[in-house]
Amino acid sequence: MIHAAAPVRAKRVLPGFTLSLGTTLLYLTAIILIPVLALILKGAEIGPARFWAIVTAPRALAAFQVTITAAVIATAFNAVYGLLMAWVLVRYEFPGKRILDALMDIPFALPTAVAGLSLTALFSANGWIGQFLEPQGISIVYTIWGVALAMAFTSVPFVVRTVQPVLEDLDPAFEQAARTLGASEGAIFARVVFPQILPAWLAGCTIAFARSLGEFGAIVFIAGNLPMKTEIAALLAFIRLEEFDYQGASAIALVLLMFALILLVVSNRLQAWAMRFKGI
Amino acid sequence: MTIAISSLTKRFDQTAVLRGIDLTINDGELVALLGPSGSGKTTLLKIIAGLDWPDAGGLVVNGQDWLPLPAQKRRIGFVFQHYALFPHMTVRDNIAFGLTVRPKSERPSKTAIAAKVDDLLGLLQIPHLADRFPAQLSGGQRQRVALGRALAIEPAVLLLDEPFGALDAAIRRDLRAWLREVHQATGSTTLFVTHDQEEAFELADRVVVMGEGRIEQIGSADQIHDHPASPFVARFMGAVVELPVTLRAGRAEAAGLDARMLERRAMADGPAQLFLRPDAIALDADPASPWILSHKASNGAMIRATLRRADGTEVPVDLLRHSAPDLSLGTAYRLRPLTGAVFPLDGVAQNDAPRPLPILKEKRQ
Repeated sequence: MIHAAAPVRAKRVLPGFTLSLGTTLLYLTAIILIPVLALILKGAEIGPARFWAIVTAPRALAAFQVTITAAVIATAFNAVYGLLMAWVLVRYEFPGKRILDALMDIPFALPTAVAGLSLTALFSANGWIGQFLEPQGISIVYTIWGVALAMAFTSVPFVVRTVQPVLEDLDPAFEQAARTLGASEGAIFARVVFPQILPAWLAGCTIAFARSLGEFGAIVFIAGNLPMKTEIAALLAFIRLEEFDYQGASAIALVLLMFALILLVVSNRLQAWAMRFKGI
Repeated sequence: MTIAISSLTKRFDQTAVLRGIDLTINDGELVALLGPSGSGKTTLLKIIAGLDWPDAGGLVVNGQDWLPLPAQKRRIGFVFQHYALFPHMTVRDNIAFGLTVRPKSERPSKTAIAAKVDDLLGLLQIPHLADRFPAQLSGGQRQRVALGRALAIEPAVLLLDEPFGALDAAIRRDLRAWLREVHQATGSTTLFVTHDQEEAFELADRVVVMGEGRIEQIGSADQIHDHPASPFVARFMGAVVELPVTLRAGRAEAAGLDARMLERRAMADGPAQLFLRPDAIALDADPASPWILSHKASNGAMIRATLRRADGTEVPVDLLRHSAPDLSLGTAYRLRPLTGAVFPLDGVAQNDAPRPLPILKEKRQ
């Protein structure tokens, strides 16, 4: 008996693939693609010479420099602190652990303006913490350190929350195996544990960095926003917009967008490298 | 290395995992810890490895007290149930790990390490896999790498936790024979945990049967098969037929039972429980017997016959098809056990049905 080759398709779990994909694409287009495209087109209107003049103006350059420097400082701090925090939350049992775990999300939940205000109040010359720092000659508010502080505050959960689940899923047998093979605790962390959480950690740090570059609300309160000193790029774009200088605003925004895209690519590359052993 | 374990106890919260373990393992011996899950065998293995600690008891290896010694200092090779190969290292780096991680003063030179790894790759028959990552290996290959990694440090004691638990039957058989060879080649004292009787008996010099945190019996395959030391061991060894009998002059008696082939037991007369394996029972036609053949089925090699008594009790019997008598349904047969174990009733009651773990109880509430 000869069977006709009847096309048999595996049933999809979710019904309406076309509909769900269509909705997703529509939403993605409306909320991400069109604004980005508009930004790029707006930037393209300016023309390369004018664009270059805007983004290399001393004030703009200074703003980029402040933004990137502060973001690097904030990310370096979060890279260490976030990893430590994730480690503590996963590896130790102590009273109040759940509360600490919940507190980790506050930077996500808190309006950034509130965060900026409270940080300013804490670190200003007569604030709770600032009153002790100021006599030592350390000023946070209205300096680049203030900018970095605000960035660090808003972006630390990204590191903690990406590393934490990976660390939780790490089979304790790996460490036990290393121990039976004679590895010291330090060697176990450096050679067995850390390489396995490295992809997640890199991802977390990249997102934290990207978030720091774009942070606005928390920073404007604490930075003082002195042009050439503590003015960040996002604020400069905002100021240009207020001056009805749409071209200037979109040129600066475009540069920020480029940074974000470059970061995404770098982050993906780094992760692919760090996960090279997982593929078949 | 001689391992002497004395009165080891261990509790996890409310559950006693080990209830006093006494065991001596001789130098170069290959010993299996056999038992159902929850019998404490893996915990015992981890205590020997230094990955877990007992509440009380002693662990002395070659005259040295091992309990205060950290795992790093014990020089044991431990093969984990799911191998625990480092996923970010190649096979070569995994095997070399125990050597490269040593402090500089004790570390062999790079060429010496490479030579050692090559040797092991040869012994493990996987030289072609040296540069692969664990994710690219099959289960059997991972098992070999895990063993290679453990052997690289030339362990004094080799411990394996369910070494073939996650593998196909065919690969299991291969690896079993091969592990025996490796053991003969290295001569290291080896202890492995398994719940598979066949595996334990085929591989080990001695088998330690564990149940509920106690050692139930230590012996060879034949000893444990023919003379189970307790109802627990009898049941674990597949004696699923339990018949109430009356002991008279050390011999079991019951209607429809011909126990003349069983040895006489030095036990007091009275009621007792007879434990039989379905494949160690022969059938003889006997119109006076209460056992009626109610069902029979063949799988080609064996016939499984089911005999039924008027009160509903059923006895399964496995017979080799070619040497079995012609059985006809509805006929009465007498049971003639070839081997079997008799235990006094009070002993049976005491060990009856494994106690449920407290954790399960909590869940039920």
